[in-house]
Amino acid sequence: MKFAVLRFPGSNCDQDCLRTLRDNFGASADAVWHKETSVDGYDAIVVPGGFSYGDYLRCGAIARYSPVMGAVTRAAARGVPVLGICNGFQILCEAGLLPGALMRNRGLHFICRTVHLRVTNITSPFTRGTKEGEVVRLPVAHGEGCYFADETTLQKLEDGGQIAFRYCEADGSITPAANPNGSVRNIAGVLNSQGNILGLMPHPERACEERLGSTDGKVVFASLLSAGLASVS
Amino acid sequence: MSETPITPAIVAKHGLTPEEFARIKEILGREPNFTELGIFSVMWSEHCSYKNSRPELKKFPTTGPGILVKAGEENAGVLDVGDGWAVAFKIESHNHPSAVEPFQGAATGVGGIIRDIFTMGARPIFLLDSLRFGPVEKKSPGSAANRHLLSGVVSGIAHYGNCIGLPTIGGETWFDETYAGNPLVNVFCLGVLRHDQIARGAAQGVGNPVFYVGAETGRDGLAGAAFASRELTEESKEDRPAVQVGDPFREKLLLEACLELLASGCVAGIQDMGAAGLTCSTCETASRGGTGIDVDLDLVPKREDGMTPYEILLSESQERMLVIVHRGQEDRVREIFDKWDLPHAQVGHVTDDGLMRIRAGGEVVAQIPASSLTDQAPVYHREAADWTPPAPLDINSLPQADIAAALPRLLSHPTLAGKRWIWEQYDHMVRNGTVVRPGSDAAVFLARECGKFLAASVDGNGLITKLDPREGGRRCVAEAARNLACSGAVPLGATDNLNFGNPHKPEIFRQLRDAIEGMAEACRAFGTPVTGGNVSLYNENPSGPIDPTPVVAMVGLVENETHITRQGFCSAGDAIWLLGDRDAGLDASQFLLIIHGRKEGRPPQTDLAAEVLLQQTLRDAIRSNLIRSAHDCAEGGIAVALAECCISGESPVGAEIELPDHRRRDDEELFHEAPGRIIVSVDASCESALAALCAERGVPARRLGTTGSEDLAIKLRGREYRWPAGMLFHIWDSSLGELMDAVAEPLAAH
Repeated sequence: MKFAVLRFPGSNCDQDCLRTLRDNFGASADAVWHKETSVDGYDAIVVPGGFSYGDYLRCGAIARYSPVMGAVTRAAARGVPVLGICNGFQILCEAGLLPGALMRNRGLHFICRTVHLRVTNITSPFTRGTKEGEVVRLPVAHGEGCYFADETTLQKLEDGGQIAFRYCEADGSITPAANPNGSVRNIAGVLNSQGNILGLMPHPERACEERLGSTDGKVVFASLLSAGLASVS
Repeated sequence: MSETPITPAIVAKHGLTPEEFARIKEILGREPNFTELGIFSVMWSEHCSYKNSRPELKKFPTTGPGILVKAGEENAGVLDVGDGWAVAFKIESHNHPSAVEPFQGAATGVGGIIRDIFTMGARPIFLLDSLRFGPVEKKSPGSAANRHLLSGVVSGIAHYGNCIGLPTIGGETWFDETYAGNPLVNVFCLGVLRHDQIARGAAQGVGNPVFYVGAETGRDGLAGAAFASRELTEESKEDRPAVQVGDPFREKLLLEACLELLASGCVAGIQDMGAAGLTCSTCETASRGGTGIDVDLDLVPKREDGMTPYEILLSESQERMLVIVHRGQEDRVREIFDKWDLPHAQVGHVTDDGLMRIRAGGEVVAQIPASSLTDQAPVYHREAADWTPPAPLDINSLPQADIAAALPRLLSHPTLAGKRWIWEQYDHMVRNGTVVRPGSDAAVFLARECGKFLAASVDGNGLITKLDPREGGRRCVAEAARNLACSGAVPLGATDNLNFGNPHKPEIFRQLRDAIEGMAEACRAFGTPVTGGNVSLYNENPSGPIDPTPVVAMVGLVENETHITRQGFCSAGDAIWLLGDRDAGLDASQFLLIIHGRKEGRPPQTDLAAEVLLQQTLRDAIRSNLIRSAHDCAEGGIAVALAECCISGESPVGAEIELPDHRRRDDEELFHEAPGRIIVSVDASCESALAALCAERGVPARRLGTTGSEDLAIKLRGREYRWPAGMLFHIWDSSLGELMDAVAEPLAAH
């Protein structure tokens, strides 16, 4: 299974994603420059975190016009899994590949800390390795992670099982106190209606080694890899 | 070209003395024109020339087996870390700009130090910061302004560091009246590189083209170096145009482009445009290369029309580099800059006549021997006042404090409280190397490029330096080394940031001289050469000079991942020991300052030989797997240190402590700040081995008690003080945030 990790001007988690995929999972992964017009030949696409185009104008608003995003849109339509992390999530929302938008954090500060998340869809290609009600610990690091969507969209997301992760307490309860950024309904990660695109504010690639404080991020990549193997076989 | 005439008033306005002006005329063999006067003014400012501090800086040890690039040779020193790998690191201040415009002042401070590191060919991998502000508690007069500065500086650092993708993994922040209106913002950056990747800031190869790359030149930051070399006054706010505006996105592109360019082998020399911008980068590269440089300002990418040569040369617009390229490689260079969407232009070439020659509008507008601006800058041996050691504190003059209340009060004081409100605003995890996160004695970072675990700590103590500058100098170095030892690291080298007042005042110069001598003495004792640093003088506000604040950042190597040690107690049932059992009075302590509002006494003296032995012994104990946690006992004394051990681990752990009664008063016993003490926790099965090791080495060691229970309990001469660990944690963890966010809330309503 071969991963493409996109690289925009201002991406800064691209190397972390590449190293994690290669070193922690032995996967094949290439950096793909944003001026490329094709992602053919890749089995999964990672849109990494960072500050693409300095987050000027609005997070992800300029990156969505990079040539590579056309290719990503076409690949996604063919069912290729696309994982957008942090700024990648913002880019996917701006590109219209995911519903909703990410706004300035409730407290107006950038927040970098490890949070608890409840996995609320355990069948997607990104979460199929998890169990019902599973709680994972992942780091967040963002200034604009406050997820918003209108009521109709939220209802559709709920009904379609498209909410993949919610901020929660250690015991899994979804409370306002566990919500680091004011996201509506504690939403931390959403899927598209086909289920092959996931946008996630927390960073699973920062939680794949014991020495970094958590290995709970592994399940996201492991799920993808097992989904890939299943589709190959 | 019509030129401003050079009058004595113009010379004085440029901060040049009549003697310096006479010397300029002697060097040129004629009167300088206005542009040339501007060039001399910035290059001979303290910021660029170290004219007041250079003779003192020579006292630092700068050599050692691991030194690959020595202090002063280049933008940053380079130190070997083994296996063909090296680290480049440096600390730099941005105090004056941050006082006037905290967000941009701090942000551009981060940008500047990052450029110093990648100019060396190193990939920057992490940042630290050392900050000082006036009081932020609401009851303090002027606290709103200080909160504004703290808030602005922290978001400025976050803005730049987070965007460029460098984790800020540690630091220290103190609050004291002395820094009101003159905050200190010292930022450290470290990068890694292979030995064969070291880049030089020299204009080599006569005829080689000189490229300008990065942001267009604007009128921002005009003569910031000269601004930094003056005292802050009521009028300083009018100098706001001297503060630059940072663009971390541009710098990220510049960083990636420069590293790609350096890897391509096209580069003969490279230098960032920091203080004094184009002026400094051109004359320094020529001076280092023993060559000359010829630059046409008409070719320089500019942000606006109508800029004079003076303005272009003295602009401190950020995110710009000067690159000297091997002839014939121009197209390859342009290709790389184009890939990264960076403005660039070939602006000149290297010559053999030793002159910095500047053209504009087809004329030569400045022509100055390059080395006269750098190596021949004036050097002053300032006068130092005599020093009378301060009187020791008379303990009987201190009323008995309520001990039970004093510990929570100390832990909630912004200087001693947890700094989570600050470091959670920094992305401290990007690059996936942060193994020991902010909030322990030293940060530990896995540099994935080379597989090395690097430890770093930054320390300074203005209070002690004010009372005894030499001890203040020794103390910050010894504490940084101790913090590294506590994390399991061997110190390799240090970088210093000297924050002082106006050196023309003999009292201030004496502080500077003595503090440097103390730091140098300690660096020698630990075998840690100084690889470079920064001098920030003229830190004064209308009410006087700041307390002298030398800051040192020390870098160490953890030889084996299993040696990495944190400060928090791990679990119940471990034995707690104090290594380096020393005694002192409450002189110069935080207890005396915070509880009694007194800044006085004779600071207890660092015993460097004992300190070296203590740290070596701790490292050996760690290597023998005897140690579960280790924490430096410093500000706030043993009571605060024990509380920090209880509350800075994964979750609060209590402790039952019994102290012997060899003192007269409980407050002295609990809060004195004798240096050279470390609190460790060990598995009960390791106690005898630890005791034997310490006895063999001659390091005093004493069992204090055990971890466990819900409380921190300290027995002292039959009395017992008891605090719930959870309560101490809450106070320590949340007080700074409550103070700051309560202020920010009205904003959040919008």
